[in-house]
Amino acid sequence: MIQTIAFYLFAVLVIASAVMVIMSRNPVHSVLWLILAFFNAAGLMVLVGAEFIAMLLVIVYVGAVAVLFLFVVMMLDIDFAELRAGFIKNFPLGIAIAAILLAELVLGIGAYRVGAIELGTPDGTSAPLLDRSNIESIGALLYRDYIFLFEAAGIILLVAMVGAIVLTHRKGPADARGQQDIAKQNRRRPEEATVMKQPGIGKGVEL
Amino acid sequence: MTEFFQSLGMNYEFAWFTATIAGVLLIALPLMLAVAMIIYVDRKVWAAINLRRGPNVVGPFGLLQSFADGLKVFLQETIIPSAANKGIFILAPIVTFTVALAAWAVIPFDAGVVLANINVGLLYILAISSLSVYGVVMSGWASNSKYPFFSAMRAAAQMISYEVSIGFILVCIVLFAGTFNLTGIVLGQEAFGLGLINAYVVHPLIFPIWVMFFISCLAETQRVPFDLTEAESELVAGYQTEYSSMSFALFWLGEYANILLMCSLNTLLFFGGWLPPLNIDLIPWFDIPGIIWFLLKTFFFFFMFSWVMATVPRYRYDQLMRLGWKVFLPLSLFFIVVISGYLMATGHFGGAA
Repeated sequence: MIQTIAFYLFAVLVIASAVMVIMSRNPVHSVLWLILAFFNAAGLMVLVGAEFIAMLLVIVYVGAVAVLFLFVVMMLDIDFAELRAGFIKNFPLGIAIAAILLAELVLGIGAYRVGAIELGTPDGTSAPLLDRSNIESIGALLYRDYIFLFEAAGIILLVAMVGAIVLTHRKGPADARGQQDIAKQNRRRPEEATVMKQPGIGKGVEL
Repeated sequence: MTEFFQSLGMNYEFAWFTATIAGVLLIALPLMLAVAMIIYVDRKVWAAINLRRGPNVVGPFGLLQSFADGLKVFLQETIIPSAANKGIFILAPIVTFTVALAAWAVIPFDAGVVLANINVGLLYILAISSLSVYGVVMSGWASNSKYPFFSAMRAAAQMISYEVSIGFILVCIVLFAGTFNLTGIVLGQEAFGLGLINAYVVHPLIFPIWVMFFISCLAETQRVPFDLTEAESELVAGYQTEYSSMSFALFWLGEYANILLMCSLNTLLFFGGWLPPLNIDLIPWFDIPGIIWFLLKTFFFFFMFSWVMATVPRYRYDQLMRLGWKVFLPLSLFFIVVISGYLMATGHFGGAA
């Protein structure tokens, strides 16, 4: 009973906030609706017993990705008239993409209704995971059965990160980049920074 | 508690529902009281270190000061700036406050005294604490005013940065405990140090990461040395500049509830939660209820937070970022490697097959 109510609550909220993401005029509102959609999707995942994925969804998408989204969108200076002009121009393209997505959904659900694809039988290396918690079964899959694929994905991400840093790195001496030498700042003693002066009356200070 | 409501003649689902709501109230209401008193403690400690008296007028020893303040903000007018984005402006303090309360659902106060004893308790805490940035960012943007906006920018960057290192530090603890469940983590600390001390922190590999965790907690809750988001000398009052009345009070309560949460996390993860400090029956302290130990330890950490606030000058923003990304992040990664290696070598990976 409560599960049913919770499911419909989360499902309705996901769909409603997803609609509001594209309907709201203010981009910041869009991002906030998107966050609500993420959050309710996490709720749905908790309902089906995938609590680990749900928490990861909240931590990664809501906690990090959406904050950066919000960060960028908040600093945009948006011309709303221009946005609306773009709507008419991009309308046919948008309709085409929407149609493709709809076709994929229909095809996917239709195929699923027919029956699951036979992916071959497991080779016996993975122990039955039903009696374990989410984290343990995902850990066993990622770090035992699919360790090489997982590590390869990690290396690809690492290379992408290094690439981004290399592309945006500005060369030059430390001072020219406007960076500070923290060690130098920490080494500074009061004797080097401040001077005690006893100026005579009406004479001023010579530095 | 579900059984109790079932004994009153409710069916299981309804009894569970009622028991959960009762549990929520049992946690949230004392928490609000604790926040009111902890604000008083904060001001008293701060005053004592500054050789002042602190609040001493309202009630005996000024104990009712927080309630007087609460009554005052309750009677004030809620002002919404005309240029503000009204909906988000009102929503922001509510988000801050709700999120600060929500994290308490998985905190075990004693053996079995926890609202939701879920497997992924620690991840839940991480998820909820990553949400707390939204209250600040939303209020800063919706105020449509420059200082709150700067504050929101600072808060977003600061909290994301320190969340990363907190995450890695928590991984170290999870490696030791072999579980994400907070009750399991506390139970793993029983007789941990030489079969005598009920705390992870006595381990020479864990003590440094506890120090990092404590500093990251200060940054995550935006306490002094790292309160760049509400630096009076730079940003007036930061993101709460435009707020008044109850909306302001909600920020205040949420902030202190978050600080208490971080203190209790220090207790649970590093100092043995509700277990007494030593695992020997030297004096009859096994008879003292676990919740007393938990509250005492949490209070001790809050005292340390206040102590830091009264003694340390504020960081510069670029140094804050440097500390997070260039010091804590590499160090915590390094400790993950070292601790995994140590656990592999000594062969006590608990639980994992």
